[in-house]
Amino acid sequence: MAKSHDVRRYPGFMAITILCLVILYAPLLVVAVYSFNASPSITIWEGVSLRWYVDVFTGPESAKFREAAWNSFIIAITAATTATAIATLAATAVLRSGRFRLRTFSLGLISLPLMVPEIVTAVATLIFFNAIAIERGLLTILLAHIAFCIPFAYMPISARMQGIEASYEQAAMDLYATKRQAFTRILMPLMMPGIVSGFLLAFIISLDDFIITNFVKGAGVETLPTAIFGAVKQGIKPNIMAISTLLLLVSIVLVALSWLIGRRDQARGR
Amino acid sequence: MPQDRDIAIDVRDAVKRYGTFTALKRISLSIRDNEFFTLLGPSGCGKTTLLRMIAGFEEVTEGTIYLYGQEIDRLPPHKRPVNTVFQNYALFPHMDVLENVGFGLEMLGKSRAEARARAGDVLEMVQLSQFASRMPYQLSGGQQQRVALARALAPRPRVLLLDEPLSALDLKLRKAMQVELKHLQRETGITFIFVTHDQEEALTMSDRIAVMSEGELQQLGEAREIYERPRNVFVADFIGDTNLMEVTVDRIAGGRAQCHLGGGHKLTCDAVEGIGAGARVHMSLRPERLFLSARPVEEESLSGTVREMIYIGTDITTVVDLADGPQFTVRSSNSTRGNARVFEPGAKVAVNMEPGAARLLVD
Ligand SMILES: Nc1ncnc2c1ncn2[C@@H]1O[C@H](COP(=O)(O)OP(=O)(O)OP(=O)(O)O)[C@@H](O)[C@H]1O
Ligand SMILES: [Mg+2]
Repeated sequence: MAKSHDVRRYPGFMAITILCLVILYAPLLVVAVYSFNASPSITIWEGVSLRWYVDVFTGPESAKFREAAWNSFIIAITAATTATAIATLAATAVLRSGRFRLRTFSLGLISLPLMVPEIVTAVATLIFFNAIAIERGLLTILLAHIAFCIPFAYMPISARMQGIEASYEQAAMDLYATKRQAFTRILMPLMMPGIVSGFLLAFIISLDDFIITNFVKGAGVETLPTAIFGAVKQGIKPNIMAISTLLLLVSIVLVALSWLIGRRDQARGR
Repeated sequence: MPQDRDIAIDVRDAVKRYGTFTALKRISLSIRDNEFFTLLGPSGCGKTTLLRMIAGFEEVTEGTIYLYGQEIDRLPPHKRPVNTVFQNYALFPHMDVLENVGFGLEMLGKSRAEARARAGDVLEMVQLSQFASRMPYQLSGGQQQRVALARALAPRPRVLLLDEPLSALDLKLRKAMQVELKHLQRETGITFIFVTHDQEEALTMSDRIAVMSEGELQQLGEAREIYERPRNVFVADFIGDTNLMEVTVDRIAGGRAQCHLGGGHKLTCDAVEGIGAGARVHMSLRPERLFLSARPVEEESLSGTVREMIYIGTDITTVVDLADGPQFTVRSSNSTRGNARVFEPGAKVAVNMEPGAARLLVD
């Protein structure tokens, strides 16, 4: 019975799967491989070399990239931290307030930005900053990043929290913990895997955001994605591939970390 | 007003409404100091609701709850000297057993060392000392149950609330825990309020039982009283097995009520206040207080035919059809010393009853 419904037996399933995987991963693979190319051409293979990686750190554009990377890193850390804190409090309020109608509504309100086209958010944010006459620069990038990171941080945190029965906090309060103690001693530690995932997700999203950043950044302020874009406009050089590969590596490490935390947690039977 | 030192919990006219649904309909009951008190009733009757109102997790819609004379129904849970053993135990998954048990003491402001020492003592009391450094997920269900118990007992609450704490355990462990709980209650002198829907459990463990149904208190009394003198049809039916039948009261004389059931069968039993001659009411007859004989042994023996004989190990249950009358279930103990004469289906028998076996029910 179950077998006849197995999706793997549908004709062409394997072919389509492989096609999808190729479309998804072939470009990444090409970039990664060609970042080790010895040739200054991006299409002709001349042998393995680390020259473009060296170029990223010491070449003529290295100062620009280093500053951009530093900006990106600072913004990602700050935005992810702030967004995670806000998302944690929001999830607590929404899921533990007990008023059900409000809950559905706020859930929609918080997750809606995920579905709004990014360009719309970018324009709206820019108009907002203009309206309040705030000078564009690192601060505006940071504020914008905090705002759009919140729903991303919120998702894993609220998913985690939904799995935590209210009886743990009730047990804590029954054992003379105040509401605040029940939160810090019980709920927070139990939510930690969700909080870490939320933070990592927000960090990656902030790190690689281009559209919104490009709108709200001031002249001369660059993050890594806008710097890369700027460099690409002058023609693609293999050092771009090296940078992209490095970024990819950072993302993979973070995703793996988040997965490992989730798995360790499952193994403990929570 | 209740100022009594002997009353641990006094619930006065408590009403609980969820929107338009009334979960508790004006309940009043007093739970005595140092008592093993049981709330018994079928699923959905409001036992948990009442318990949660005492613990502070549900607000009372109307009414008052006193703890040793002090009004507590507006206090948050952490200000009530009452602890709960949750049905799902709710052990903190990120703390080991010792930390779990010491948590309440720590929250009360005791030093870590003091909390740990006391937690160790309580763990010894429930025979779990060797598990002190285990995490909850490394324990069996029965062990988790005892940790939950230890955790709730450690801060020395004045009242301990237990919401069906044994329902997740298998029968054998459950029986063992019943004994252990009862023992712990005596040893600690703490008032226990125990919730169950298992009438046998309630009868074995409790000093007093409150039988509830659909948000109302049906009867409150000692186990024996509830079993032997049920007040109404619900209690008679819910506690133990019984033969329930409709009878008409013919005459009341000398504290005795003469009744008849269909088919010309007559029965006399103790009169009950509120039931007069001519009333058509229910009567409860406990199967183990009836016995069978081949010939009538007394004037009021009821004659009938055996329909079924069921062997259940300790007992033998016989179902008898009265001539033109209702059906009776009779239980006799499976021992040669008892009156265990086994009658096969089809045999003509007389159903006889011990004094006090029949009881009239008010409603
Ligand atoms: N939060 C709530 N909102 C609405 N109705 C509720 C709520 N909590 C309980 N009820 C209702 O109140 C009634 C009593 O519930 P309660 O949990 O006290 O039953 P119980 O006697 O403990 O039953 P069980 O033996 O199944 O645990 C039920 O009909 C239940 O549906
Ligand atoms: Mg319940």
